[in-house]
Amino acid sequence: MSILNYLWIIPALPLLGSAVNGFFGSKWPNKIVNAVAVGSTGLSFLAALEAVREFTHLAPENIPWVKQYFTWIIAGDFRAGFDLQIDHLTVVMLLVVTGVGWLIHIYSTGYMAHEGGYYRFFSYLNLFMFFMLILVLAANYVLLFVGWEGVGLSSYLLIGFYFLRKSAADAGKKAFIVNRLGDFGFMLGMFLLFRTFGTLDFVPLFAKATPMPADAMGHLGMFTVACLLLFTGACGKSAQLPLYVWLPDAMEGPTPVSALIHAATMVTAGVYVVARSHILFTHAPTAMFVVAIVGCATAFFAATIGLVQTDIKRVLAYSTVSQLGYMFLACGVGAFSAGVFHLMTHAFFKALLFLAAGSVIHAIGGEQDMMRMGGLSKKIRWTYLTMLTATLAIAGFPPLAGFFSKDAILLSAYQSEHGGRILYSFGLLTALLTSFYMFRLIFLTFHGKPRYDEKKVHVHESPKSMLVPLMILAVLSIIGGWMAAPAFFGPPDYFAKFLEPVFAQTAGGAEAAEAAAQALEIPLAIVAVVSALLGFAVAFWLYLKQPGKPAQLAKSMSGVYNTLLHKYYVDEIYAALIVKPLLWVSTSVLWQAVDVRAIDATVNGIAEGATDIGDGVRHTQSGNTRSYAVWVVIGALVIIAIIFWPYFRPATVGMVR
Amino acid sequence: MVPTHYYLILSAILFGLGVVAFIFRRNIITIFMSIELMLNAVNLAFVAFSRALNKLDGQVFVLFVIVVAAAEAAVGLGIIIVIARNRQSLNVERVDLLKL
Repeated sequence: MSILNYLWIIPALPLLGSAVNGFFGSKWPNKIVNAVAVGSTGLSFLAALEAVREFTHLAPENIPWVKQYFTWIIAGDFRAGFDLQIDHLTVVMLLVVTGVGWLIHIYSTGYMAHEGGYYRFFSYLNLFMFFMLILVLAANYVLLFVGWEGVGLSSYLLIGFYFLRKSAADAGKKAFIVNRLGDFGFMLGMFLLFRTFGTLDFVPLFAKATPMPADAMGHLGMFTVACLLLFTGACGKSAQLPLYVWLPDAMEGPTPVSALIHAATMVTAGVYVVARSHILFTHAPTAMFVVAIVGCATAFFAATIGLVQTDIKRVLAYSTVSQLGYMFLACGVGAFSAGVFHLMTHAFFKALLFLAAGSVIHAIGGEQDMMRMGGLSKKIRWTYLTMLTATLAIAGFPPLAGFFSKDAILLSAYQSEHGGRILYSFGLLTALLTSFYMFRLIFLTFHGKPRYDEKKVHVHESPKSMLVPLMILAVLSIIGGWMAAPAFFGPPDYFAKFLEPVFAQTAGGAEAAEAAAQALEIPLAIVAVVSALLGFAVAFWLYLKQPGKPAQLAKSMSGVYNTLLHKYYVDEIYAALIVKPLLWVSTSVLWQAVDVRAIDATVNGIAEGATDIGDGVRHTQSGNTRSYAVWVVIGALVIIAIIFWPYFRPATVGMVR
Repeated sequence: MVPTHYYLILSAILFGLGVVAFIFRRNIITIFMSIELMLNAVNLAFVAFSRALNKLDGQVFVLFVIVVAAAEAAVGLGIIIVIARNRQSLNVERVDLLKL
């Protein structure tokens, strides 16, 4: 019995946990709810580990391992099955999702301990795990889309977890609706792929696509259109320009949700889809270029907004948007394994950052504004240390995880043929900004003088159930990058080697590039570290040495500052350009004109007409036998007339002749 | 030999009389009789065709019609007796319970 034949167990366990908690959890004490939720995800993690162990023993010709369970939809030539697939890319995602997901479940038992709706929270969280696992295990685009929509649903439910707060309910709606825009493109992309290739299963589809000629640069062929449509979906889910607006608002959800869904796993689904479809994307250089530009622009744009936010979770949210931009930048320049690698390391350190931020919020009694924190480092030692680790990792200090993944991306961007230098420059600038705003967060939160009311707020370290996941993630944030440690640190790039079977087709002419890469690696790494140090130094100077300086700067550059503080007024622009016209059209055209005057009027008119006709015809029902007889006679005469009519006419015609 | 269309014209006249009587008379017995008149007008047409075409089918039909008419007379008269008992009247205009 090999678990590879029973892959469905991995997603089924969280689904079971979700159902059990959802249906029965309301009457149970928290301990049982914990056991079900954490147990089911834990078992799922173990099952995933076992599956990966067996996967490594598979013969290369059996990879990707596809298991067909049952046919879900069949219509003409179209078949969509409940088919699960495991290959090297899936392995990475599977371990990240179940592993990080499990840690966050454990953390949540501590974080949510005093909240209402405890069972509801875990039921949703398990449901999310189910859909996310379906997403990464799916062997065709249709099943992937099921997971894709499912995680959107769970995200909506969890963002609006505190549904009594209007802002939370609104944020949930916003996330759902903005995602719908992207999904529209995703579905169109699927339709186009099916029309072209006649299948949506990954293996035959990519096999058919591989030998086809690629679209030329600047040419709008099938591949380019399909890839751009898929990328629209990815933009929505992974919060890229111009659809990123939902992610910062999604911070209304409980912090573990932000960590799991809006940092580590769900938002990376877009990157996963692009990486999964890399064969299509490499056939569409224009689409790749668009992906790279959008990724790069998002990375820079979001980082600049992150500079001035004061809500600790919002800083992290913009940081997430920015890091996702990095991943797309990597995919866009063809470095898919670097993108997936950053996805993994980002899952570690960003989940850690969010969880640590949650620990801070927990410690200080629900305050999220960094301007009312400060000086917390002594009081919550472990939270401070773990968060500092994550900050060093995201800022890109060697030898932590973020250094390697970011370095790999910047290197690939630098080597890109199309505008590589510009992409690289913006990437580097973003790295500097990242380092700055992350250290700004650290200094504002943990250093300096306390700016909260020390008499009222009793700062306390979080319980063990929260600290242990933090520590595990901290260790992962440190060592997570070593797998891909470039050659100059000794071991070869295991991560890229591991993913090679998946991305082999795209790594054409790898040896020449590798030689060039090795020569570039050290100078670029030094530049990256220097820029990270620069960011640190500026933050150190502004927020520790000259605490009055930031306010002065904000005043002297109030135009720039206010633009950044209001996030470039993007929400306002969207509201004015899209939401308001849409509301107007909906209210005065669709509702009051079309619905009331046309549709309702038609329906009511038909009903009234039927009543009127009935009223008229009713009088024929006189009850008088003889009147019925008259009708019978009239009817008989009419029938006779109809039957004999043709015989009269030829006779007259004949007479004329 | 009398031409067939004479029979048919007579049959049509009898049928027409039956229809008119059915519609305009109020007494149920009379109405009932006018139904019999119509049936027999049809019978006459059947027999006439049967003879003109030299086929027996028409005469067979006539026998059927007579049998059915007899059965109908039995049922119909029974209904008329019930109505007469319940309403002390044979006026068909009083029998309008089916009215809305």
